Amino acid sequence: MNTTDNLRKTIKTLISEKKVDLFLGWEKGSLPLSATPLFVTTGEQAERAIFDVTCGNNLSIYFTKDKKQYANKKVGIAVKGCDARSVVLNILEKQIKREDVVIVGVPCNGVLDKKKVLAATEGREVLELVDNGDTVTVKGKGFELSLNRQEILSSSCLACIYPDAQEYDFFMGEARGEVPNEERVKEIIDFQNLPDSDRWEQTRAEYQKCIRCYACRNVCPSCYCNVCFVDQNDPKWIGSTCEYTDSVIFHVIRNLHVAGRCVECGACERACPMDINLLMMNRKVAMEVKDRFGDVAGLDINGKPAMSDFKEDEKQKFIMG
Amino acid sequence: MSEWQPRILAILCNWCSYAGADLAGVSRMQYPPSIRVVRVPCSGRVDPLFILKSLQSGFDGVLVSGCHPGDCHYISGNYVARRKFAVLKPLLEFIGVEPGRVQFSWISAGEGDRFAKVVTRITEDVRELGPATRLVKKL
Repeated sequence: MNTTDNLRKTIKTLISEKKVDLFLGWEKGSLPLSATPLFVTTGEQAERAIFDVTCGNNLSIYFTKDKKQYANKKVGIAVKGCDARSVVLNILEKQIKREDVVIVGVPCNGVLDKKKVLAATEGREVLELVDNGDTVTVKGKGFELSLNRQEILSSSCLACIYPDAQEYDFFMGEARGEVPNEERVKEIIDFQNLPDSDRWEQTRAEYQKCIRCYACRNVCPSCYCNVCFVDQNDPKWIGSTCEYTDSVIFHVIRNLHVAGRCVECGACERACPMDINLLMMNRKVAMEVKDRFGDVAGLDINGKPAMSDFKEDEKQKFIMG
Repeated sequence: MSEWQPRILAILCNWCSYAGADLAGVSRMQYPPSIRVVRVPCSGRVDPLFILKSLQSGFDGVLVSGCHPGDCHYISGNYVARRKFAVLKPLLEFIGVEPGRVQFSWISAGEGDRFAKVVTRITEDVRELGPATRLVKKL
């Protein structure tokens, strides 16, 4: 039985046994390259649930961004590895209660990045997509391409270490376990070895592209302040234009706000209309947090997010003697 | 022409470092006239945004100083601050801001001499780097 059938069956059981009032999953989107969030309240609706390479959405954002909707409700949620870590963080940050959520893990082999698919089809519109596992077939007007899965995966998936949910009630299929991933740090170490002037030039070039649409923030499961610092008027921290220093500051501060909380789901990067390499900074921060504090965001449901904790005897070489 | 004098923002905690600066003053210790002091209740009050914002508005360097670990007036403010800075500093260096521009130190109320030394050192570091150009908003 494949994951989708398994998932549908589980949702139906959960709904019919009244274990959940609502189930969050994915359904086929109106556009072939992206699945749409699905809100299941009845058994029939469960038939629409799917899980494949297009299911990029991190559904846990509904718990924080649409909080009222989910208060005092039992909610089931389908999660990939990264989404599960987001849910764990939501629980740690007291946005939802563990007993109010039923976590259903799905075995994830990565989700696609639309921009990479469109690059592979040379900009031709894709009308149909079939996920065959190792390959993905895309069809459009007058062409049919079989693409290697690895080539179209989101960069966050290529660098993924925890593809399976670490905290779950049900798991649909076989877990892959921890994937050691050297690629993840290579890019960062290469970048770090450059002289600082080159690093600044690259940062500047990258963030100069930013049009400050805040899509990365809006889609981020860890970004849920009532008023974001960029939206404040008094004091107005960040200018309204696309001036690059403002953009760099926005991204640095956003990264620090999600330091030790970013699960590297890559939603920001997939949402970015300007194709900015946003995750590099996140990964650097995650590396620092892990090296210094030994914490990985969203793995330990009994832990504490790194930045709201401290130990008395921490390394402090960076402090002037 | 006289030597270029960097402008450095010193964010000092009320209970230790600010008093340390005061002691340096009343003890008539010499240190470069390069700092502009902002007094904050605790180093834990310092948002990384303050640091980036001051670099953006043209400061050549930023010094943040608080009580020694264990001496915080609010028990744990400086431990929290230390975690913030421990991530902020490598991240700033990562994006290409020169390492010497943003520095942190612990100075107690009794360490007037240390305050003078720290200010002298950061001034020398920043002077070596020259006027800030990266992250400065030119509009």
